[in-house]
Amino acid sequence: MAEPMKIRATLQGDTADVRILMRHPMETGTRKTSSGVVPLHFIQSVIVQHNGKTVLDVQWSQAISRDPFLGLRVKGAKLGDKISVTWTDNKGDKRTDEVSVAAGS
Amino acid sequence: MRQLRRQFLKLTGSASLLTAAVSAGLLKSGNALASTWNKAGFESKSVVDIQKSLGATSMTDSKDITITAPDIAENGAIVPVAVTSKIPNTQSITIIAEKNPFPLAASFDISGGGEGYVSTRVKMGQTSNVRAIVKADGKFYTAVKEVKVTVGGCG
Amino acid sequence: MEIMRGAGFTAGVMLLVTLSLPAAAQNDLSVGRKMLVEDNPGELWIDQGKDLYYQKRGPKKASLEQCDFGMGPGKLEGAAARLPRYFAETDRVEDLESRLLTCMSTLQGFDKNEVAKKAISSPRSRGSDIEALALFVTSKSNGMKVNVTLSHQKEYDAYKAGEYLFYRRSGQTDFSCDQCHGEPNKRIRLQDLLHMTSTAGAQEVASTWPAYRGAHYVVRTMQWRLNDCVWQMRLPDLKYGTDYSIALTTFLNRRGNDAVIQVPGFKR
Repeated sequence: MAEPMKIRATLQGDTADVRILMRHPMETGTRKTSSGVVPLHFIQSVIVQHNGKTVLDVQWSQAISRDPFLGLRVKGAKLGDKISVTWTDNKGDKRTDEVSVAAGS
Repeated sequence: MRQLRRQFLKLTGSASLLTAAVSAGLLKSGNALASTWNKAGFESKSVVDIQKSLGATSMTDSKDITITAPDIAENGAIVPVAVTSKIPNTQSITIIAEKNPFPLAASFDISGGGEGYVSTRVKMGQTSNVRAIVKADGKFYTAVKEVKVTVGGCG
Repeated sequence: MEIMRGAGFTAGVMLLVTLSLPAAAQNDLSVGRKMLVEDNPGELWIDQGKDLYYQKRGPKKASLEQCDFGMGPGKLEGAAARLPRYFAETDRVEDLESRLLTCMSTLQGFDKNEVAKKAISSPRSRGSDIEALALFVTSKSNGMKVNVTLSHQKEYDAYKAGEYLFYRRSGQTDFSCDQCHGEPNKRIRLQDLLHMTSTAGAQEVASTWPAYRGAHYVVRTMQWRLNDCVWQMRLPDLKYGTDYSIALTTFLNRRGNDAVIQVPGFKR
């Protein structure tokens, strides 16, 4: 069951500073437990869209840390713009969350 | 190529072209078309082969690429790495942990309108160079930074 | 007995490395730490705690909205900043976690011992209910100053007991908290040790728990931290929510007064 992400999108001038925390085990497929090796299970793709347009297309390996983080900056952003994030993992699970660009401090 | 054509011809008869295309693996799920995962690169153990998979066999060192990462990682399983590229028309940024069993960690395509900045966290098995490869205007540039790791982070 | 105590003392001292880290080495660690704490996976547990707080659960099918954290039932803002404190309901000084245990049993009907058994979760798990709840409640004091007042006799007694325990040497290693945390610039291997008898050190203890423990991939609490320290000192296992832990927490949080709370913290 894909868990919700935490997305912060704040305006710095005309650039949106976007920070995304995702909850995912990012298993490397080499970790041994008492019940055997934990299978490979990781987010392979992340798409970030700004008002429906893809601004970042990410490909990840299992070497990205557990509970992964993604930071990026989006040019030409305005208050209230929609930032949407979709991740897909190697098992085909996916999750989409969306926020509006807020004022920066 | 022939296989792809056969799959595509099968689709034209189906009720929902988009649904069938997704299940045939031709499109990534989600609203947008994602790029095809660089299997050759991600499953490679050699930095040279990774470069080949990116088309980056020829790279120039660049001082316009900044890698922000700790000199010493307290926990090799969570090493923060940010890459800033000031090179005009940056199309993509790739992060490689050279001594990892599978060195290619991440590829970021910003050609859709992202700024030349990405940040994430990587697992590092041992002290190694973290290499950034930037594609800009079809050409490739690179920079490295050594990150020391005291306890490996792959398990 | 005397010989063993001597050997324990020597072994204890040898384990500590007293040094002044050169400026460059200190910067090395702070770059990584700053990047990690700015975007802390622990934040993902805040909503988990929020859901648990509002959900009607347990044999009594009740939420925790009537729980009094010291400022009246249901008042969360600023409540964690004043803990531990005396509660007439239990005639006892309680820290945040023992307060949660009390409310989960009186309001929701859960068995205190059962909750305590599961309070410290396994690494890489979803985390325990208490961990998420403690983080949620403490996050309602984010940006506020730690303000432990000693206005009740039992609060003062808890503070003095905590102070005594901090400096008391015990067990086969003859350790006290003070030996690791009573001087500046100490570390064990790469883990630097907070100087807790300084104001800055005490303030960091008082304002950064609960925290995401990177190596465990879950949120950890003060009760866990004390439990782990006691284990490392090779003392008998510290039971969850005991007067021992509440006394030490009262002592440290009081010493950390005026620190600005910012949770979740991020620990290696």
